[in-house]
Amino acid sequence: MPRVLIVGASLGGLRAAEALRDAGFHGAISSVGAEAHPPYNRPPLSKDVLLGNATSDGVLAELAFPRKARLGEIDWRLGMSVAAVDLAQGEARLADGSRIHFDALIVATGLRPRRLQLTGATADRFVLRTLPDALALRARLVPGARIAIIGGGFIGCEVAASARRRGCATTVIEPLIVPMQRALGQEFGAAMQALHEAAGIRFRTGRQVTGFEVDVSDRLHAVRLDDDSLVEADLAVEAVGSQPNTEWLAGNGFDLDDGILCDHRMAAIGHDRVAAVGDVARFPCLLFDDVPRRVEHWSIPGLTARRAAGHVARQLGVAVPDAPFAPLPTFWSDQLGLRIQCAGLPGLADRVGLLSGSLGPDSMRRDGAVMGYWRKDRQVGVAAIGVAPQRFINFQADLVRALQNCSL
Amino acid sequence: MKICVDLEKCQSHGQCAIAAPELFSFDAEGKLRWVKEPPVEQQATAEAAADACPEQAITIGT
Ligand SMILES: Cc1cc2nc3c(=O)[nH]c(=O)nc-3n(C[C@H](O)[C@H](O)[C@H](O)COP(=O)(O)OP(=O)(O)OC[C@H]3O[C@@H](n4cnc5c(N)ncnc54)[C@H](O)[C@@H]3O)c2cc1C
Ligand code: SF4
Repeated sequence: MPRVLIVGASLGGLRAAEALRDAGFHGAISSVGAEAHPPYNRPPLSKDVLLGNATSDGVLAELAFPRKARLGEIDWRLGMSVAAVDLAQGEARLADGSRIHFDALIVATGLRPRRLQLTGATADRFVLRTLPDALALRARLVPGARIAIIGGGFIGCEVAASARRRGCATTVIEPLIVPMQRALGQEFGAAMQALHEAAGIRFRTGRQVTGFEVDVSDRLHAVRLDDDSLVEADLAVEAVGSQPNTEWLAGNGFDLDDGILCDHRMAAIGHDRVAAVGDVARFPCLLFDDVPRRVEHWSIPGLTARRAAGHVARQLGVAVPDAPFAPLPTFWSDQLGLRIQCAGLPGLADRVGLLSGSLGPDSMRRDGAVMGYWRKDRQVGVAAIGVAPQRFINFQADLVRALQNCSL
Repeated sequence: MKICVDLEKCQSHGQCAIAAPELFSFDAEGKLRWVKEPPVEQQATAEAAADACPEQAITIGT
C-alpha cells in the first residue's frame, strides 16, 4: 500500500490529508507535526486569545479543527518533528531517530517568526506563532505594562490593538514610513496608524531597533532605536516577519531560497512525488503572472492542499480529474473592532486609489473605506475596512473579473 | 444533509458566500442566510464553504 507522508500538522497539513481522501487516495497517510497539539486555527491567537482568559485546554476546545470522519485512518505523530528526508531512499528521519518510509511527500511545515539578531532580555522578548507563544505573551499583558512591539505588520498591529485593550502602554516600532505599508500601501497604512493612535497606541516609524537595554538581572527596561532614542518597555514582541521551515529538506536538490519552489501544480520543482502547501510553498499565482511567491494568508493552505493532493494522488496512480487552479489570495485582519478585508496582491501595485468612502478615522468607522490597487493599469487588489461582507464580496467579484479579462 | 451555522461564532467574513454562493448569502440587513437542508448533491460545495470559514462556524450534518 503506498504511503504519503505529510510533514507539518497545522491547517495546510490537515487540509492536505482531507484532500487526499477526497481525491480517492485510500493508501496510508502519516502526518508528522512538531507541535504537541492537534491542528488548530492560528488567526485568533493575536485577537480573541490575547483578549480572553481561557486556559490552554479551553482555547484548544475552541480552536482545534474538527476531525472529519472521511479522514479515516491516519498515522498521527504529533509533538514530533522530521529532522531530515532522503528522497532517493524515500525515507524520513524523525527527531527521535525513528524512520518513516514514504512513496510521496507533502511539505506543510509553514513558518516560524524571524528573530532579531540582538542579545539580552531573553525573558522579556516574545514572538507569536503558536498557542504556547500566545499564552506566554498574554500572561504579561497586564494593565500598565509597557510593551514595545517591533514590526508594524498585521501581527504586530493586531497584538498592539489587543495589548492596548488590556491596558498596556503600547508602542509600535516600524522601519517603513507607515504600518502595514507592504501589504496595504502608504495611504491605507497611514490611515490605519491614525486609527491606532486615536486608540492610544504610539508609533515610532522609520526606525529600527538596535539594542535591548537591560538591568543587572537581564530584565528589559528599554528598547534602543537607530537614532539612539529609547522606548521604555517591560517586554518586547518581535513581529519582524517569518522564516520558512525548510531546513529538514536540505540535501535533496530542492530550491529552498524562500520556502520551497513549486510549479502551478504545487509540485516541488525537480521532484514529481513531492508537493507543498500553505505558507511554506513558493508558487506562481497565475491570475497575476508566473512569478512564484509565498503567500502567508489563511485562505492559501486550503486551496493549495486540494491542488497538491490531486497531484500527489495522480502520481500514485489514482485517476483524479484535472481542475483549473487560479487561487485568489484573500486575507482579513481584525483591529480595534474593525474588520480589514483584502483580496488579490495589493503589494504588487504601482498605483492606489479609493474606490469608496474616505480614509479619515471617523469616516472609516462610520462608512468604511475601500481601496483599489493597480499594476500597469490592471487591477491586482482590493482592500477594505469596516464594510459589510456583501459589499466586499461585490468588490472582490469585480477584481476577479478584472484579473480574468487580462491575459498575462 | 443539514447545514448548521453557529451564529455565536460567525463573524460575517462572507467566505462561505464566496465559496458557495448557491448556499450562503447576506440579506439586505447584512444577516447571513443559508440553505438549511440542501440536497446531498451539494455536499461537496457545503463542505468547501465549511472549510473556508475562518471561524469554523459551519458544521455539516446528516
Ligand atoms: C498570530 C497569527 C495571526 C494570523 N492572523 C491571520 C489573519 O487574520 N488572516 C489571515 O489570512 N491569516 C492569518 N494568519 C496566517 C495563517 O494563520 C497562516 O497562513 C496559516 O496558519 C498557514 O498554515 P500552514 O499550515 O501553511 O503553516 P503553519 O500554520 O505554520 O503550520 C506549520 C506546522 O508545521 C510544523 N513543523 C515545522 N517544521 C516541522 C518539521 N520539521 N517536522 C514536523 N513539523 C514541522 C509547525 O510546528 C507547524 O505546526 C495568522 C498567523 C498568525 C501566526
Ligand atoms: S464564513 Fe463563517 S464567519 Fe464568515 S459569514 Fe460564513 S459562517 Fe460566518
